[in-house]
Amino acid sequence: MGTKFIISVIGMFLVTYIPRFMPVYGLTKIELPQTVKSFLEYVPVAVLSALLFPVIFIKDGRLFLDLSNIYLLSAIPTFIAAYFTRKLFTPVVVGIVSYVILSYIIK
Amino acid sequence: MIVDSDVKKSINGVKSALPIVLGYLPIGFAYGLVGVKSGFTISQVMALSLFVYAGSAQFIAISLLSAGASIVTLVSTIFIVNLRHFLYSTSLSQYMKYISRKHIPILSFFITDETYAVAITDLQTNSEYTEGYFYQLFLTSYTAWVFASFLGAVSGSLIGGSINVGLDFALPAMYIALLLMQISGYKKVFISIFSGLLSITLMFILPGNTNVIVAALIGAGMGVLLDKWVRNL
Repeated sequence: MGTKFIISVIGMFLVTYIPRFMPVYGLTKIELPQTVKSFLEYVPVAVLSALLFPVIFIKDGRLFLDLSNIYLLSAIPTFIAAYFTRKLFTPVVVGIVSYVILSYIIK
Repeated sequence: MIVDSDVKKSINGVKSALPIVLGYLPIGFAYGLVGVKSGFTISQVMALSLFVYAGSAQFIAISLLSAGASIVTLVSTIFIVNLRHFLYSTSLSQYMKYISRKHIPILSFFITDETYAVAITDLQTNSEYTEGYFYQLFLTSYTAWVFASFLGAVSGSLIGGSINVGLDFALPAMYIALLLMQISGYKKVFISIFSGLLSITLMFILPGNTNVIVAALIGAGMGVLLDKWVRNL
């Protein structure tokens, strides 16, 4: 499986498990400071946006704001589906279907 | 003496897990397929589902590993991405303190975005739960995720060629869906746009995939400042 891969999995297991385990096991009586709570509250939105924006706006290391950007165009129906459902399943299906249709139209 | 009639009737965790299962099946399948199509073996793909068990982190791990990222970049990115579990765990701790402490090391492994969201909704409205509820909810969800990624990985290795065209968009679509599930209020909308644009900008300056971690940390920090400013108005 490769040493690098095994070390990676162990590392990822630890950094994922520890934040899951520590508060519920040991820190139950310690109240987190408001700043930390507030920070953790914003982490998901910040991480997801930091991941998403480059994928849909950048291609081959350049800004790609164009009607031939299939990622950007597919993001629109996906966004609308996500806005109205606020669920995982429907928007992902809408996104994949839009992407397939758009890649046939735009070529 | 505890007699049978005194034993609390716990809420049903399996039933609560069903919407999660419906969500995990296609995403887990897509993960397995993308993993194998990115050049990983079935056992490597499964190792992440079994030991990391965090959807978006697993997709990110696959893309970082296939891009040749270093272990340090990979593990620190995954750490930041999964730091939100700290918040979930803190929030669940007020409910889990009523169940025997020996279950906590096992149960806490299964905290995800979805199992947290469902559990907290159940626990806020029902006071009658035991560790059985958590095991039912968590193990049903985990089984669905592992099973779906296995199916995806096996399908990926059986199907040759590049018919995974639509799956290129599975990951961005999931980011969009998860983002919209997280966003409530103008402050989060602002932080989303701020972090996204910052990530694009940093991409041109910083090496590798470090733009994501740096933009996320600055973005979340900006959220803290925003909260402070709004409170002081």
